[in-house]
Amino acid sequence: MVGNSIRELEAKARQLRRHIIQMIGKAGSGHPGGSLSAVEIVTALYFRVMRLDPKNPHWPDRDRFILSKGHAAPLLYAALAEKGFFPKEWLLTLRQLGSPLQGHPHCRYLPGVEVSTGSLGQGLAVGNGMALAARLDKRDYRIYVLLGDGELQEGMVWEAAMAASHYGLDNLTAIVDRNFLQIDGSTEQVMSLEPVEDKFRAFGWEARTIDGHDFPQILEALDWARRVKGKPAAIVAHTIKGKGVSFMENNPDWHGKAPKPEEVERALAELQDQEG
Amino acid sequence: MQKIATREAYGRALVQLGHQDPRVVVLDADLSRSTMTVYFAREFPHRFFNMGVAEQSLMGTAAGLALCGKIPFASTFAVFASGRAYDQIRNGIAYPALNVKIAATHGGLSVGEDGASHQALEDITLMRVIPNMTVIVPADAEETRQAVFAAARHEGPVYLRLGRLPVPVIYEEEYVFQIGRAHILREGEDAAIIACGLMVHEALRAAEELDSLGFKVLVVNMSTIKPLDREAVLRAARTGAVVTAEEHSVIGGLGSAVAEVLAQELPTPMAMVGVKDTFGESGKPQELLEKYGLTHRHILQAVLTLKRAPLGR
Ligand SMILES: Cc1ncc(C[n+]2csc(CCOP(=O)(O)OP(=O)(O)O)c2C)c(N)n1
Ligand SMILES: [Mg+2]
Repeated sequence: MVGNSIRELEAKARQLRRHIIQMIGKAGSGHPGGSLSAVEIVTALYFRVMRLDPKNPHWPDRDRFILSKGHAAPLLYAALAEKGFFPKEWLLTLRQLGSPLQGHPHCRYLPGVEVSTGSLGQGLAVGNGMALAARLDKRDYRIYVLLGDGELQEGMVWEAAMAASHYGLDNLTAIVDRNFLQIDGSTEQVMSLEPVEDKFRAFGWEARTIDGHDFPQILEALDWARRVKGKPAAIVAHTIKGKGVSFMENNPDWHGKAPKPEEVERALAELQDQEG
Repeated sequence: MQKIATREAYGRALVQLGHQDPRVVVLDADLSRSTMTVYFAREFPHRFFNMGVAEQSLMGTAAGLALCGKIPFASTFAVFASGRAYDQIRNGIAYPALNVKIAATHGGLSVGEDGASHQALEDITLMRVIPNMTVIVPADAEETRQAVFAAARHEGPVYLRLGRLPVPVIYEEEYVFQIGRAHILREGEDAAIIACGLMVHEALRAAEELDSLGFKVLVVNMSTIKPLDREAVLRAARTGAVVTAEEHSVIGGLGSAVAEVLAQELPTPMAMVGVKDTFGESGKPQELLEKYGLTHRHILQAVLTLKRAPLGR
């Protein structure tokens, strides 16, 4: 039974990957690498863990997801469309003039987008605000913030990390998409981040590291995060940038470049082959 | 028509400058392949510092290098340079008048598909209002090259605003750029267009079309926004009608700077072509420039409207 639903999640993840490739290919610009690396994390949240009602995107008791690494917008849009927040046909309007699917997510244009992001480093503090509001309103919704690893270099992330533990925000979970790449190359060469898990611990968080493409590990970690009391929890998810498309994997050149039509075909064919 | 992005010209100029002056060092915040500081990084790896995605640290580090006699060029996108690191620039760099050169790329709507979060439409305002700051918005590749050298010679903080999009070449090597001196590109006595950045080329096109309609229009490239070339502004005003054109908000930028001079010294009918107090959005650069009223046609229309009904339009 559990095995079955993992297979369903894996199928959903492949569907999101197809959307990502098609959307960015059609748009002619965008960020495939960091969208693909977080597919399993976002799939687990939207299709298994989070309490949401696509018909009622402003339901006060919904769980909140913040895509702090806003350049992974295609991933968020694919998940929202698959979940039923808006018609899937909209996906192919990504980045076009007048489309609600902006290059970086904008919460005033698209149902399901909680926060406008794109300027890195800001999502965690916004999550803190939501977590404090939940406490004031005695609501039991949870807040999930997805951060890039390069994004962790922004000082504001650590200001927010300090505040989250100061206020004991155990309704907040940070997930780091630890793909070890940023734009200018490897994170450890550009501006080293290790030890990431210990940094969160030093800031008063509970933290653990998982394989960010392994659904059982992701689900287990999200369950663990829910059980942590009195502190915020951080999940450092080791991932592969460009995951699922061989020629994009671990290649920083695919951070912010659209695949050409023949590359879209190749990528979709590879994803088809992964269909078990 | 040959087109080169001003960020590309910046990247190449830095390498030349680096060979001439060993005090020049370059910093970036994980965008070196977009700001084009990557050329300098390859040539002078030991004088290049990638600070990671950390614009505040970028500006603070540049301040420290300047305090020890270096000439730092700090680069990132204009939104993040002027926005995220504003206090570091204001209090950390401009107040002590440190010799930091902030070269901000991806200014304006022509950033395109990345959308409003990445389109700086207020950076000229934010930088211009800071005491001690010099603000330069080059119109093309050659002017950018010379502005980089001029900025390095100038003692004190400089904000250089550069673009992502390749733009038409206007100047040859004979051209001489000087900080604080506007350049008259076309003479005329019926009206004047004062422009900066990629709007300079649009201004020239508008002036040509106006010529065929019988209007002789003065075209001024106001590449230094601060200190503003007051003489050039007054000369433009003597035509009796001034249109400013900038790829930026009409609040606080080039248009406002010109209006500040004219309102106090020579009140003159004016129109401002620019973004009207709104955020941008995703789209192709040309589509956005059309939608937000930043083309030669919009400049032409502004001149005609001003000529026909100078007051109370
Ligand atoms: C404040 C800010 N500075 C710079 C950028 C430009 N930028 C976009 S993505 C990126 C690299 C992010 O790396 P990482 O967080 O590791 O993203 P991922 O690998 O998940 O794509 C940068 C520097 C930005 N969007 N916001
Ligand atoms: Mg990364």
